[in-house]
Amino acid sequence: MLKIEDLQVSIGDREVLQHIDLEIKPGETHILFGPNGSGKTTLLMTILGYPQYRVTAGKIEFKGVDITHMPVHERTRLGIGMSFQRPPTIHGLKTRQMVQICGRGAVDVEALAAKVNFTDFLERDINAGFSGGEIKRSELLQLMAQDADLLLFDEPESGVDLENIALIGNTISSLLQRDFRIDADLTQKDRRQQRTKMGLIITHTGFILDYVTADKGQVLYDGVMSCKSNPLEIFRCIKQAGYEECVRCTT
Amino acid sequence: MYDMMNEKAAQAKDKKAALGPDIDLSSFTAEPTDHGYMEDLTKLPMIDRQRILESGVDATEEGRSGTYVQEDASVLHAHSLQDGLEVLPIKRALKEKDWIREYYWKLVAVDADKYTAAAQLNLQDGYVIRALPGAKVTLPVQACLYIHKEGLGQYVHNLIIAEEDSELHVITGCATSPTLKRGLHVGISEFFVKKNAMLSFTMIHNWAEEMSVRPRSVGVVEEGGLFLNNYICMKPVRSLQMYPTIHLAGKGAVSRFYSLLVGSPGSELDVGGRILLKAPETRAEIIARAISNGGRIINRGDLIGEVPGVKAHLECRGLMLRGGLIHAIPELQAKVDGVEMSHEAAVGKIAQEEILYLMSRGLTEDEATATIVRGFLSVDIPGLPPALKAEIDRAVEMSEKDYL
Repeated sequence: MLKIEDLQVSIGDREVLQHIDLEIKPGETHILFGPNGSGKTTLLMTILGYPQYRVTAGKIEFKGVDITHMPVHERTRLGIGMSFQRPPTIHGLKTRQMVQICGRGAVDVEALAAKVNFTDFLERDINAGFSGGEIKRSELLQLMAQDADLLLFDEPESGVDLENIALIGNTISSLLQRDFRIDADLTQKDRRQQRTKMGLIITHTGFILDYVTADKGQVLYDGVMSCKSNPLEIFRCIKQAGYEECVRCTT
Repeated sequence: MYDMMNEKAAQAKDKKAALGPDIDLSSFTAEPTDHGYMEDLTKLPMIDRQRILESGVDATEEGRSGTYVQEDASVLHAHSLQDGLEVLPIKRALKEKDWIREYYWKLVAVDADKYTAAAQLNLQDGYVIRALPGAKVTLPVQACLYIHKEGLGQYVHNLIIAEEDSELHVITGCATSPTLKRGLHVGISEFFVKKNAMLSFTMIHNWAEEMSVRPRSVGVVEEGGLFLNNYICMKPVRSLQMYPTIHLAGKGAVSRFYSLLVGSPGSELDVGGRILLKAPETRAEIIARAISNGGRIINRGDLIGEVPGVKAHLECRGLMLRGGLIHAIPELQAKVDGVEMSHEAAVGKIAQEEILYLMSRGLTEDEATATIVRGFLSVDIPGLPPALKAEIDRAVEMSEKDYL
């Protein structure tokens, strides 16, 4: 379980997140909505432990461990994985090597790459000249190898063409143990009980909701969390009335 | 002929070099010991075997087409394992082979500076490696110039000749014994890549902290020829200055330089590469990666386009790891219209963002740094046999403990 209590985060001297509470139970996936600059990425990066996001108050607990001040790699080893929106290029580091790093050497890189149609990129430097969609597929490939328990997705559909959106959506769904096409004879109740993976997905466009079912949605507005509700409902409200109205009517 | 050369050399014996700190040659006077010839190199003491192995020279000669090993001034071993390949000490060649006169001091000027002069006046030995016309020597020839004697000045002259339509790969390691502290190495190298021949020359230097090193190399590539020149120097060295120069003299000749340099505290490296594009359709590329770990690195590159339609590119990337200095000096000279030449130079430190990205995939900060540095140093070298690529990777890996 991920449990965030009264979290406050600053970048430099600027306070970006205020009094954030969030609880994601095993098997749950949450969708995070919010306009640009509202602090969504900050929240994900803080959970991941990037040092420029400074926790000034509050606490983050994962699997019962206080990770508020834990270094990034220890959080990763505890089971947190992130799909970045704009990951850096590392020259001379092949995508294949990166996937091996993610899987700690114990993964079938070829088989995983085939799943996201990425075999031809394995010998290329990681992220070097990748298009928007290629970056997403590369990030998902790395997450598959990592086999994390809490998966954070920063706008997984941004920059992806229509042809690839289904592939990306379905891959995320399967990473979060939500792909109905796998073990089709299971009942929904069984699925819910067996599911352990936790997800937190930032979306702007809502496209991802066509492929990934989610348990809860929330809006992050001006660094404050609001409107805990059904994600599709929130999305409809934002589309019809805009963020400001949506936040006002549901808070 | 040799009298005249000695005369020219004598006149230049005090001539300071254009680049690099001046070295007092008279302070390297140790008398070389005669080590005698060795039929079986595996009889070398293990500690020396290991040391030369780090420079890519394997005493078992497995996977090699020929071997030359010189310790101080003595030739320990020189022979070819393949038809069409000649490997012999230059002193013997000067006595026995008439054709040597077509090559000896033909590209490097004997009176270029005090180091070239000293190499003529104090010549100890050196190797001649020659692939006969049409010979495809696909396994690498290995050559090692090893310094054992404390305070020695080692003066060698090497000739590498790839005759028409031949293919030749040379890996040469220069190294010092683990106990040696101070010494001097002056090495003249002249490369001849004839019509449609291919030569790759991979040089791995493993020096000692108080070593001074002055290689002097010039090559010529004829029509349709290809010359790959790889240089790896990642261990500490007091002072290294070299500026190998290649003349692309025949139509369609190609040369590519790759160098990997690490400047450790107390080290001063002044390493350049110059390629003159003198014939139509010639191509040149110079790629350098420099890491400063507290030492000083001057990385020069010079491309000179002399006829229209040539293409050349120069790339120098520097990584500041722990202080020191990296001075990138890329130069382009277009002497006629219609040449296409470019350069890019970039010096910086490791981006925190890259470290964090790797940490988010489970690596510690140190592991992430090492991974980025390894990536920085990994350059694809098209045309280089896998065995030589493996030697370069090994040199990179083994030097890691020195700077990470």
